Amino acid sequence: MNELQEISPPAWANRLLSWYCKPELLEDLQGDLNEYFERNVKSKGITRAKLIYFFDVLKFFRLYTIRKPEFLNLLINFIMIGSYIKTSGRSIVRNKLFSAINIIGLAISMSVGLLLISVLIDTYSYDKFHVNHSSIYRINSHYQYLENKDRNFMATTSMRTARAVKETFTGFEDVVILHRGFNGDITFGEKTIPLNGLWASESMFEVFTFPLLQGNQATALKEPFSVVLTEKAAKKMFGDEEALGKSIIFNKDKAYTITGIMKDVPTFSHIKFEMLASLSTREVTEKGNIDELAWDNMWNTYVYLKMPEEFDAHLFQANLNNLCIKENPSVKNTTITLKLQAMDSIMSGESLGNQIGPTMGSTLLWVLTGLAFVVILSACFNYTNLSVARSLRRSREIGIRKVIGALRGHVIGQFVVEAIIISLSALVAAFGVFLLLRPHFKSMEPDLQELLTLNVSPLLVICFFGFAIFIGVAAGFFPALFFSRINAVQVLKNSSSNRVFKKLTLRKVLIVFQYSISLMLITATLIMYKQYKHYMNFDLGFSTENILNIPLQGNKAELLKKELNELPEVKGISASGMITSVGSFWGVPIKNPNNPEDSLFAAFNVVDENYIPLHDHHLLAGKNFTALSDSAVESEVIVNEQVLKRFNLPKDPNLSIGEMLRVAGKDLRIVGVMKDFQYGRANNETGKETIFRYSKKDAQHLNVKLLSNDLPATYAKIETIWKKLDTVHPFNAKFYDDEIEEAFKGLSASMKLAGSIAFLAICIASLGLLGMVVFTTETRLKEISIRKVMGATEGGLVYLLGRGFFVLLGIAALIALPLTYFFFEQVMLPKIANHAPLGLLEGVIAVIVVMIIAVVMIGSQTMKVAKSNPAEVLKNE
Amino acid sequence: MKGTNLGEFEELVLLTVAAMVNEAYSVAICDDLEKKTKRAVKLGVVHSVLNRLEEKGLAKSRLGEATKARGGKRKRYYAVTNAGKSALLKSKELRDQYWSIIPELSLKRI
Repeated sequence: MNELQEISPPAWANRLLSWYCKPELLEDLQGDLNEYFERNVKSKGITRAKLIYFFDVLKFFRLYTIRKPEFLNLLINFIMIGSYIKTSGRSIVRNKLFSAINIIGLAISMSVGLLLISVLIDTYSYDKFHVNHSSIYRINSHYQYLENKDRNFMATTSMRTARAVKETFTGFEDVVILHRGFNGDITFGEKTIPLNGLWASESMFEVFTFPLLQGNQATALKEPFSVVLTEKAAKKMFGDEEALGKSIIFNKDKAYTITGIMKDVPTFSHIKFEMLASLSTREVTEKGNIDELAWDNMWNTYVYLKMPEEFDAHLFQANLNNLCIKENPSVKNTTITLKLQAMDSIMSGESLGNQIGPTMGSTLLWVLTGLAFVVILSACFNYTNLSVARSLRRSREIGIRKVIGALRGHVIGQFVVEAIIISLSALVAAFGVFLLLRPHFKSMEPDLQELLTLNVSPLLVICFFGFAIFIGVAAGFFPALFFSRINAVQVLKNSSSNRVFKKLTLRKVLIVFQYSISLMLITATLIMYKQYKHYMNFDLGFSTENILNIPLQGNKAELLKKELNELPEVKGISASGMITSVGSFWGVPIKNPNNPEDSLFAAFNVVDENYIPLHDHHLLAGKNFTALSDSAVESEVIVNEQVLKRFNLPKDPNLSIGEMLRVAGKDLRIVGVMKDFQYGRANNETGKETIFRYSKKDAQHLNVKLLSNDLPATYAKIETIWKKLDTVHPFNAKFYDDEIEEAFKGLSASMKLAGSIAFLAICIASLGLLGMVVFTTETRLKEISIRKVMGATEGGLVYLLGRGFFVLLGIAALIALPLTYFFFEQVMLPKIANHAPLGLLEGVIAVIVVMIIAVVMIGSQTMKVAKSNPAEVLKNE
Repeated sequence: MKGTNLGEFEELVLLTVAAMVNEAYSVAICDDLEKKTKRAVKLGVVHSVLNRLEEKGLAKSRLGEATKARGGKRKRYYAVTNAGKSALLKSKELRDQYWSIIPELSLKRI
């Protein structure tokens, strides 16, 4: 036996032969080759015999041996498609409920899929307009202070790195240095408008594809005090007048010459600006500023490199590493790491800090993909489940088809075509839902609004169709396999349905899966909602009620204050540098008075004497700032308890009053100690040591406490006053509470996303459950009638029919709830500060909601059957 | 039809099929031809000729019984059809005609 096996010809060559050879020629040809093979084994050895066999197989590949039925089969399939469409149409119409469930379920899930596709297409079309997009790279940097490893990579790097790369590195073709912050008011003659822009080095237009309409692209950004405006900005400033060569004043300070007008920045550019100033300007204005070229000043400069088509990434990285090794000792306790990133991956890549503009970030894309996948899978399961459940009715049709001569391939084809028809009809509905969802999706997060257009393009439509066909194949594949295995003889001979129900376990698993997913999503949404509410009502340690924060945007505080004080609704006005508790952070170094080696980077805010009473900050000891004039020297500071603790100052705050602190090189006396409050956003812990400094001239916001029954009207009044004083800047005051709400827009967006997906998932799962219940009750109609005749009660019947489903839901809950709680308890919440504790309530609510829906689904159908007249049913037999 | 005439090799194969009576299948034909003609005969060539002969209606085939040899594959036995027989006879007659008119002397001198 062993020997026989050993000398058999190579199986794959054999397969090749039977693949291409006409079936009628195959057998004797194979036999002939075998005979030769056996001879060759004896005369030439096994290996050569096998080789010869293989070549013989190849040699027999001739016109007369190649099978023709390929074409015939295709032709048959083609002819049969008409028949498939017809029978599929009939079956769709005959089972209106099942078809509706399938189409609605698929449409709902596909709309999420369509959304995902359009988001992906938008994301990947970013920056593709640059001719060199695939060879442009950016240098990212990573900042590490001592052992703190928590910070991500930053999209920015230092000007020092930029210079070093430009002057000493090799292996790149060109480099663009961008520096952010060329934002401000542009004045020409009498007219002033605010514009946002960047400083850019002269190779900007060589590396990036930003075409100049006027001006010389090689020299436009060469000379100091040159500025290039976009077409739109120029139009806004000069109307139809010629702008090139004119001189404009930036921030009422220096004059810049317009050396170029460029086309507007395309929507799909990750770098957005209205104007560019030559980077060489900074060499003039920042001369003598040692910070400009400090190694650790890596927060504002972007370096883009144009690389040759082929370059050694490892070598370049090694050069960057060497630069870091050389420069890192220049700053104490700090390690900076540099890394290249391809421009094509900026929009879809990992979320970095200090991005030049908003990015999608891989996390959001993955979450969206995951959710879309889960929902689509759920809908496909419905399809599979219901199709297989209906196999009882269809199996005879398949039996007859097979008897007439359909091959397995034909049956598979028929069911796949049917699924594709369903999914294409679902696509029409899904497209409608997509159009409805689109604005809601975009408005979920202000960034998304800016990032995505989600416009319908030909490419998108093609993708949609491809997607629908793919879904059809995916949904129809399993039923197709199932049906194609049906044994015609058995089906036609034996009309009992027992055999078909063997697949029940699989269907149960699918239902459990769908419900687990729904439960998880609902619970997650509820937990997020709880967290969101918790943060909205979080006790920040001070009062934010009815406070309107007005960004001054460069206006004089006094003037506005005077006008506002005349309004009766205004109860008090204070000034501050920044707004706390919304995620912004101002830092300042403080020397430890007890240890000159030690210093602390504390969070701070500059305030005036009205700030603390207006916001109800609680002073534990000491007093508020004394009112001083604008020009007075800063001498007082108010600290929180954490500062005392950090510097080992006396625990009793009263004893710390009068201590001197060296803050940013100034000696300030502690005049007050305030209770700790939440300086950062409530869900992060930065800024535990916090101080208030006194300064009137650094005020950037007015905090106006209002007491009014009609806040919108008061707001409008204040806006009128603003417009009178400032004709350039729009009024963008916000209520403090609204600002806090905005600071949690990420959380509220994910809550909305999870909520809507949970809604879709539960819809789909319910549809599937409804289908299954209808099916089960229908097939058991006779049994139920007999039971009724024998004296079963309606309640008993409902219990009998529904029991199985409730057990499944119970299992789903047992799987979903622990998983969700584990995920939040172990993975999500430990990363978030000040979170609300997890309660069982959310899970219980989710289960109850799902159960109620299920009870309605199951109850309505089983009641219908249980109430039916048994005589009617049994009479029909 | 282009191929009612027998080619030289086709004729040889057909003759072998006729000669082997009930044992004519591709490998045997191949071996026999090799033995008689003393030249290497490729299975592929024989196979395609047999196929062509059948297509022309000069030979017919049937599958034999499966045996343990040949990996359990059946042999395809060929037999000459009436059309094949007449084609063979026709070609033999043609040759005989020529033979009959060649003067004996002309060959002897060579």
